[in-house]
Amino acid sequence: MADSVGRQVDSINHATEEDEKKHEIIGAKGEGKELTKEEKQRLRKEKKQHKKNKKDDRGPPEKEKEKEKASVPAPSKPATQSPAHKAAPVPVNASASESPVAAEKPAKSKAELRAERRARQDSERASKQGKKEGGQQSTSSKPKATPNELQPVVKRLPDHVQVDDPVALKKLAKKLERQQVPLRSDYGYKVSLFSHLHQYSRKNPPTQQISIPVTVIHPSIVRLGLQYSQGIIAGSNARSVALLHAFKQVIQDYSTPPNEELSRDLVNKLSPYISFLSQCRPLSASMGNAIKYIKKEISNIPSQCKEEEAKRILQECIDSYINEKIILASEAISKYAIEKISDGDVILVYGCSSLVNHILCEAFEKQRKFRVIVVDSRPRLEGREALRRLVKKGIRCTYVLISALSYILPEVSKVFLGAHALLANGYVMSRVGTSQIALVAKAYNVPVLVCCETYKFCERVQTDSFVSNELDDPDDLIVTRNGKTHLENWQTVKSLGLLNLVYDVTPPDFVDLVITDLGMIPCTSVPVVLRVKNVDQ
Amino acid sequence: EIHEPEEVSVWFREGSSCCQETLARNQRFTETPVNMPGADKETDLSERIESFLSELKRCGSGAGSLRGSAETARETTALLRRITAQARWGNAGELMEIIRKEGRRMTAAQPSETTVGNMIRRVLKIIREEYARGSSEETDQQESLHKLLTSGGSSEDNFRQHFTHLKANVIEAINELLTELEGTTDNISMQALEHIHSNEVIMTIGRSRTVEAFLKDAARKRKFHVIVAECAPFCQGHEMATSLCKEDIETTVIPDAAIFAVMSRVNKVIIGTQTVLANGGLRAVNGTHTLALAAKHHSTPLIVCAPMFKLSPQFPNEEDTFHKFVSPHEVLPFTEGEILSKVNAHCPVFDYVPPELITLFISNIGGNAPSYIYRLMSELYHPEDHEL
Repeated sequence: MADSVGRQVDSINHATEEDEKKHEIIGAKGEGKELTKEEKQRLRKEKKQHKKNKKDDRGPPEKEKEKEKASVPAPSKPATQSPAHKAAPVPVNASASESPVAAEKPAKSKAELRAERRARQDSERASKQGKKEGGQQSTSSKPKATPNELQPVVKRLPDHVQVDDPVALKKLAKKLERQQVPLRSDYGYKVSLFSHLHQYSRKNPPTQQISIPVTVIHPSIVRLGLQYSQGIIAGSNARSVALLHAFKQVIQDYSTPPNEELSRDLVNKLSPYISFLSQCRPLSASMGNAIKYIKKEISNIPSQCKEEEAKRILQECIDSYINEKIILASEAISKYAIEKISDGDVILVYGCSSLVNHILCEAFEKQRKFRVIVVDSRPRLEGREALRRLVKKGIRCTYVLISALSYILPEVSKVFLGAHALLANGYVMSRVGTSQIALVAKAYNVPVLVCCETYKFCERVQTDSFVSNELDDPDDLIVTRNGKTHLENWQTVKSLGLLNLVYDVTPPDFVDLVITDLGMIPCTSVPVVLRVKNVDQ
Repeated sequence: EIHEPEEVSVWFREGSSCCQETLARNQRFTETPVNMPGADKETDLSERIESFLSELKRCGSGAGSLRGSAETARETTALLRRITAQARWGNAGELMEIIRKEGRRMTAAQPSETTVGNMIRRVLKIIREEYARGSSEETDQQESLHKLLTSGGSSEDNFRQHFTHLKANVIEAINELLTELEGTTDNISMQALEHIHSNEVIMTIGRSRTVEAFLKDAARKRKFHVIVAECAPFCQGHEMATSLCKEDIETTVIPDAAIFAVMSRVNKVIIGTQTVLANGGLRAVNGTHTLALAAKHHSTPLIVCAPMFKLSPQFPNEEDTFHKFVSPHEVLPFTEGEILSKVNAHCPVFDYVPPELITLFISNIGGNAPSYIYRLMSELYHPEDHEL
């Protein structure tokens, strides 16, 4: 019903659609974002040009390309019928079947995505004009895996693991330029095994190229980014909570421009912020999940909602997320974990995990008798922070470095580890050194318990610590002992490299139990939890 | 005046032996020198022994061994040569007694420096051999069952005979031992090309002069990549890395926590050690056990480059004698403030690595499996010398 209206409207308008689009864009958005929209268009044209050149280079028959181009806009007009997305791939599929050359497939999928996007935008605009009462808003969200059996399920590779690909770098640079976010440059000699990752120096903060006052990026986001890059806020829970608080501030200060919907515009506003934050420090899995949640909540705001009301709803959502997923989750995990702590235990912890510290403090308050061994490692030495917190509570502690692990492990009865993320194949991603602790504990037959909230579960899979990791500032490894600093001028030495990894992955056979807010599960049940979560949402 | 042992050919018979021993025992600088012809040599010798002992005591306090084990071995052997040459002894038994006594003092000064004890046992074995050669004039030195049964206890009375050339022979044998000691590092590095191929990734931990020479020798002909674990808190890996870079070897320094993370890309692990124990296990710098476990998990071969003088007839025992600790301020500095009083901090220096985790020993006499170490030991030391 509504669709027929849309179809009618569209059939009238389709001739002048291209021009109308441009007018709409310029008129509707207002002066503030003029530049970016025009730039967007310019970039779109550039992309088209670029693609044309690429296709010419590849040397497929031009006729086919033109046919494709012609066929793609053609169905876009009738494609604004109800299943808008299904029509678009059909002509593309036809052309795909004509030329089964493998090299063309990526180009085709890009064209396919472009056509889809255009089709979707048309349908959105048509539906906005045609029907005021909201029906389905499945078209408003970002292009996730649409219910389309023909589309490949390959997810886009994140930018921060494609540093060795100049094409990807150029794309990223263009995107950042468009969003007016400064691009951070790599520092120092990178070990060849990790040339696909960024390596930044703490001495060059990303805010050096930003002008003051900042126009595009909200100041609380700038502050947050600086805190991330300098290591002032560290630890996945802390980073997520700080991120959510900053977003609350952003939402508070946000005002919808005229003729724009809050649900769509706010999401677009958040993109440059997220790019900026990932330039400061690559996003953690928990931050990624939080951002997904916020975006979903924003886009679920009904369009007739007033701005104040919408803002209030969003603030509440964020508060409840923090409360449920982080605070209450840690309460639940403590409750489960305390059952596992008996009197006379000697518990080994590694580094500073807010969750594990919380568990130990709670157990101590519940009058369990145990003592703690804190294992620490250079160069971060986070264990000292954990040591301070535990000693302040009054817990008896011992402190060693990770190289003394084999010496201290015969005394230990249990190992409690925190996690940065739990991957879908059961691997635990955590601070570098965690897998070592699990390995040696296994050799001494000491049980290893990992504590992790469910919001840190992510759908990625990974088997080693190389493909997706973070490289920290290599200068941190330099140390002065007895007045001598051996690595002082490591940059000048040609064949010397320093490697400062941040994360590593622990195989599931080293981990005996994972304690989550849903209960105590084995490592291999992580994909089950993910599936249950997805079904719920 | 410095007497070279080779020049000494006259024994001093003046003075009773007990007087000599009293002199040797009371090493005070304030003591008035006794007017005996052999006395200067005795005091000179005792002074040297004392200075060696104080060196041992001082160098063991932190940062591993400030002087390498090879140096210690050489100095110990030179000192034993001097004792043989200058001390008062009549027969082999007395000499062995003197050496054992001095040896006990030396090992007590620095129990973790096992090369001292090893050299003493080597010299004792040399003396036994020379004595046996002198007494029986047999070329057959094997332990035949007949000999074992008939010799009964090769007890003290067996060593009471006096041979004119025993001293010269012993000194010559000790010189041979010294030459062998000087050539150990070269012998080991010569085997490098047999074990390292090109484009390999080799991992090592801390700083070992033997491994350094080994890798540098291979780097002359092959190109490979070395990953050095820095081995906190002393961070000797940094020195190792800078030294390897001078030979244009591609080196990467990683913190200890990243050992397991990068192990999957490593082809071989080559380490040095402080001591090789009698069961084939190692006493090496802390962190080596973790390295060995990670290598086992990835089925990466673990190669230990250790010269023969590091082989010690000790077995690993858990308690105090095995571990050595240094000041915990290396781990938790005093700047940490108030929590220091409420926290125990440990800084062990050594790690025990069981023989199952080791693939190969490369020593100056070639490559051996850990299961063969007990046999090598029986060739180097006499069973009665295991307890000094």
